[in-house]
Amino acid sequence: MSGNSEHRKYKNSFLNWIEFRLPIISYFEKEYGDYPMPKNCNYFWSFGALATITLVVMIVSGIFLAMNYTPHTDMAFDSVERIMRDVNYGWLLRYIHSNGAAFFFIVVYIHILRGMYYGSYKYPRELNWILGVFIYLLMMASAFMGYVLPWGQMSYWGATVITNLFSAIPFIGEGLKIWLLGDYTVGNATLNRFFALHYVLPFVILGVVGLHVAAVHVHGSNNPAGIDIKSKNDTVRFFPYMVMKDALAVCVFGVIISAVIFFGPNLMAEVDNYIPADPLVTPAHIVPNWYLAPFYAILRAIPDKLGGVLLMFGSIAILFVLPWLDRSKVRSCNFRPIYKWFVMLFFVNFFILGYVGMLPAEGLYLLIARIGLVYYFGFFLIITPFIHRIETPKSLPLGISDVYLGGGKEALNPNAQKEII
Amino acid sequence: MRFIIIILLFLLSTSIFAAESNSGPMPKHKWSFNGITGTFDRAALQRGFKVYQEVCSGCHSMKLLYYRDLRDIGFSEAEVKVIAAEYTVVDGPNDEGEMYDRDARPADRFVSPYANDNEARLSNNGAYPPDLSVITKARKYGEDYIYNFILGYEEPPEGMEIGDGMYYNKWVGGNQISMPQPIYDGSVDYDDGTDNNALQLTEDVVTFLKWAAEPELEVRKNLGIKVILFFLVLGTFIYFVKNKLWREVD
Repeated sequence: MSGNSEHRKYKNSFLNWIEFRLPIISYFEKEYGDYPMPKNCNYFWSFGALATITLVVMIVSGIFLAMNYTPHTDMAFDSVERIMRDVNYGWLLRYIHSNGAAFFFIVVYIHILRGMYYGSYKYPRELNWILGVFIYLLMMASAFMGYVLPWGQMSYWGATVITNLFSAIPFIGEGLKIWLLGDYTVGNATLNRFFALHYVLPFVILGVVGLHVAAVHVHGSNNPAGIDIKSKNDTVRFFPYMVMKDALAVCVFGVIISAVIFFGPNLMAEVDNYIPADPLVTPAHIVPNWYLAPFYAILRAIPDKLGGVLLMFGSIAILFVLPWLDRSKVRSCNFRPIYKWFVMLFFVNFFILGYVGMLPAEGLYLLIARIGLVYYFGFFLIITPFIHRIETPKSLPLGISDVYLGGGKEALNPNAQKEII
Repeated sequence: MRFIIIILLFLLSTSIFAAESNSGPMPKHKWSFNGITGTFDRAALQRGFKVYQEVCSGCHSMKLLYYRDLRDIGFSEAEVKVIAAEYTVVDGPNDEGEMYDRDARPADRFVSPYANDNEARLSNNGAYPPDLSVITKARKYGEDYIYNFILGYEEPPEGMEIGDGMYYNKWVGGNQISMPQPIYDGSVDYDDGTDNNALQLTEDVVTFLKWAAEPELEVRKNLGIKVILFFLVLGTFIYFVKNKLWREVD
C-alpha cells in the first residue's frame, strides 16, 4: 500500500481512507480550522454563524412540524393546534419555529447592516453580497408562505393581499395570479403548493448559504477597519479563536431567544392568526409580519397599485447593485465621516418604515412612509454614488495589527487608500 | 463594550415589539399565571370550568378541547368520565348502518352547543358565537381584555343609539355587541364555598380560558428557566475560556 502511505496525513486510518478518496477532511480543516480571520473582527462578525445556526434549527424544527401538519383548508388550523396540545413538546417545536423565523430576520438584518457599515460588499466580495441578497429574497418568500400555513385570518388575508399584487402587472398580471394561486382565490390549491414550496425553499437557502460561505472564504473576511490582510500576524485561526467567540455569541443569543420562546411566545404574533381563516370576514387591519413590514410600507406609500408594486420590488432589487453604486474606495464607515451617518440614518429609516408598515396607511403614518420611501431610494441613488466626491476619508491604518493594538486610528498612511484598490 | 451594544440591539428590537403588543389603555388584572414562575390555581380552574359549563357553553363551543384534558386541571379519571357522560355525541355508523347517540367519553372533544355554524347563527340573530378554545390568544391584550370585556357591560352613554338586540360594552370595538351580559353576582353556585360575586366568577372563567388556550404554560415556563440557566452557565464558562485564549493574541 505504498500509494496510501504517501497520503498518511492523519493518525486515524479511517480518516486517511476517506481523505485519499475524497479530500473533504483537509477541506474542512482548511476552511474551518486554519481559515485566517482578521483578529480585529468584533462581535458583529458572529452574526453569520448565528444566522447559519438559526437556519439549521428552523429546518430541523420544521421537518418535525411537517410530520404533524395537514395542508388542507379544513384541517390546517386544527392540526397546528393539535401540534400545540397533543404532540409531545409540539408547543416547543412550534414556538421555536415561529419565533425562530422572527429571530432569523433580526440576525440577518444585523448581518446585512454589518456588511453595509463596514463595506463588506465592495471589491472583491461583490458576488458574496449578491448571493446574500438572494438568500434574503428566498427567506422572505419562505417566511411569507410559512405564515400562510397555520390558516388563520392573517394567513388567509395576507396571502390574498400579497398574491393580488401580481394582478397589477399589465397584460399578464391576472393570468399570473391565477397560475400562482392554482385557483381564482386563495384556497386549498394555494395552501398545498405553499406548503410544498415552504418545505423545499429552506434547502435552497441552505445551498446558497454554502456558496455564500465558500465565496467569502476565497478572499477572506472583511474587518472593522476594512483594510486587507497583509501578513499572517494580522489574523487568528478560525479554530479555536473565532469558534470560541461565536460560541459565546450563541450563548447570549440562546438566552435572548429562549426568553421569548418560553416567556412570551406570542409577543411577535398577530392575534388574528389564532382565529381560523374566514373568507367572509376581513380583519380590520391586514398586516404582514413585522420583518416584512418595511416593504409593505413602501407598497402602500404609492397611491397607484402598479407603482407601489414596482417600487416594492425595486427596493429589494436595488440591493443587488449596491457594490457598483458605492464609488468610494474606502470600505469601512469608521473612516468615512459623512457617509457613516447616512448609513446609520438608513438603518433608522428602515426601522421606521417597518413601524409605519404595521399601522394603517393614513394621515401622519402615510406621510412618514412617503418620507421614508424617498430616503430609502435617495440613499441608494444619490447619497451612495456621489458622497465620495465631497467626503474626505480619514487616513487608513497601516495594518490590521496596528488597529488591534489600539494605535491604528492614529497611524497615518496617505497611500493606504490607493492600496485597497 | 461592543458585546453590550449587541445585547442592547437585541433587547431593543424585542422590547419594541413586545411593547407594541402589550401597551395601551387596557387595565391589567393580577393573574396567578403571570410572571416567570406563574402557575394556574387548580381550584380556580375547576370553578372556571363550572362557569363555562353553566354559562358560556350555552352558546360557545370549545372544539379544540377533549374531556380527557380536564385531568390537567385536577379532575380524577373517574370524575372526567362522569363529566363527559353528561353530554351526548352522535357516533356511527354501527353494524346496521345507522348513526346513534351515545354518552360522551373522555376521548371525545367538548360537545358543541349547536350542530353547525348555521344553526349557531340562526339561534343568535345572525351573530356567530366564537369558539373559545384559544380565545385569550386570539384577542389583543389576551386575558386582560376578556376579563374587562365580560365586566364591561354598562348603560350606554347619553345620546348613543344602540342597535336592535345589541348591548353596550365599553371595551368591545364599536361599543356594541349582540352578546348580552353573561355574568352577574351569583350566576353560578360554587361547591367549595368561594364567594360567587361577578368579579370572582369572571376571574375564574378567564383563568380557565387561559388554561384552555395555553395548557402547556406551566411546563413551558418551568423548562424555560432551565434552558436559560443552561445558556447562562455554558456562556460563563465559554467567556472565561475565550478570554484566556484571546489574551495570547497580540
